[in-house]
Amino acid sequence: MHPFLITVTFLLASLVPFGAGAATAETVEVQDPYIDLHSGPGRGFPVTQVVERGASVVLLRQRTDWVKVRTDRDREGWVNRKQLERTLTPDGAEVRLPGPAPDARVAHRWEVGVGAGDFDGADTVAVTGSYALTESLFVRADVSQLLGEYSTGWLGTAGIGHIFMPEWRVSPFVSIGGGVVYVEPNATLVQTSDRTNSTAYAGAGLRGFLSDRFLLQAEYRQFVIFMDTNDNEVISEWTVGFTHFF
Amino acid sequence: MDRRLHAFLLNAAILVGAPAAPLAAHAQDAVGAPAETPQVVEPRVARREVKAPAIDAENFEAGLFIGTISIEDFGSSLLYGGRFAYHFTEDVFAEATIGSAKAGTTSYEDLSGSAQLLTDGERQYTYYDLAVGWNALPGEVFFGGRRAMPSAVYLTLGVGSTNFGGDDHFTVTPGAGFRLLVTDWLAAHLDARDQFFNSDLLGKDKLTQNLQISFSLTAFF
Repeated sequence: MHPFLITVTFLLASLVPFGAGAATAETVEVQDPYIDLHSGPGRGFPVTQVVERGASVVLLRQRTDWVKVRTDRDREGWVNRKQLERTLTPDGAEVRLPGPAPDARVAHRWEVGVGAGDFDGADTVAVTGSYALTESLFVRADVSQLLGEYSTGWLGTAGIGHIFMPEWRVSPFVSIGGGVVYVEPNATLVQTSDRTNSTAYAGAGLRGFLSDRFLLQAEYRQFVIFMDTNDNEVISEWTVGFTHFF
Repeated sequence: MDRRLHAFLLNAAILVGAPAAPLAAHAQDAVGAPAETPQVVEPRVARREVKAPAIDAENFEAGLFIGTISIEDFGSSLLYGGRFAYHFTEDVFAEATIGSAKAGTTSYEDLSGSAQLLTDGERQYTYYDLAVGWNALPGEVFFGGRRAMPSAVYLTLGVGSTNFGGDDHFTVTPGAGFRLLVTDWLAAHLDARDQFFNSDLLGKDKLTQNLQISFSLTAFF
């Protein structure tokens, strides 16, 4: 069986359990003056019901910022998370629905991003991840596929970085690290052998917040590729990417 | 005893050290001053328990698609693959796609009869794509007078790599699609995408466009 078919079959099989739907539900008491029930999970969907403070609703499922609820009259609708922030369970506990904290821009821990760029003339597709140690210090790991005219390959790096003004809307940052680069010449060219080299980099960039969940990043990194011969190679890379933080 | 004298005595006790402590205590006892500073305001902090609700947050979406792709110079072929998405907000999502097709033959190969430009393995067209999507036109679709289903027309822009003709090609993929939520967790999609990449398979390096149309079923979880 073709490996691709196996992957697809596996994906198909893994879909089956999701059909079970919302297995759990939670009853809460409304604390806002009223909540609006929309016909769908989005701000544009019409409001079909209003539930007052003190009434109880059953939380069924959450999709992004919207929660599907059932009223005690058995009507269902989608409520924005913000209107349910102060609801209480019957035993008086506060309900905290998952979503970005008010200070998410500065206080988040994780970032995951996708980007594209240029590595010494080759196009790159990059996936990045980082973890914040403090507000301005972070560790990061990146994997890029290098797609050049004459060769293709992979670049994997890990590093540490510093954000100068984490509270600013647009902030510069720097990072240093090391990794491995693998390069394979294209099939249509005269054969030269594949090679794997270790590398180290230093880079600087700019990041700007788009919202409480996203930021845009542009970065320049300079790599030193440690060759088997005595001449090390110096290579420039730039990347532009879209990052989600949480 | 006024407060200043009280404070002075306490300071003195600390300065003189441990041996003087009983003396200070005695002095306080003598005037009937309380051993502790009186609490003027009693804090009434009612600490509430905070808990996460026991409901599913269903922001992931995974599914399969089937369709047709027109591989430039190589005719149209059956396309199939899988897609995996994460919905950040009601507007924005990220999506990873893998797909595969088997390219046909060029007109040149058909006319010449025997010439083969690619081996069987090189005809395999596989790609991955990492995209950001925007639900540009959300709405509802009505079936008769009783049933309404949430829907959205969305735009995507992705980057990725296509393996075709024995080489990997940097690929940019703009696309547009329509999503219909049949139930709260099951969605049907119609998608049109165009995969752009540079190819020198037929001698000259050129930008190829590979249009695809697909239907997919996905589940939210």
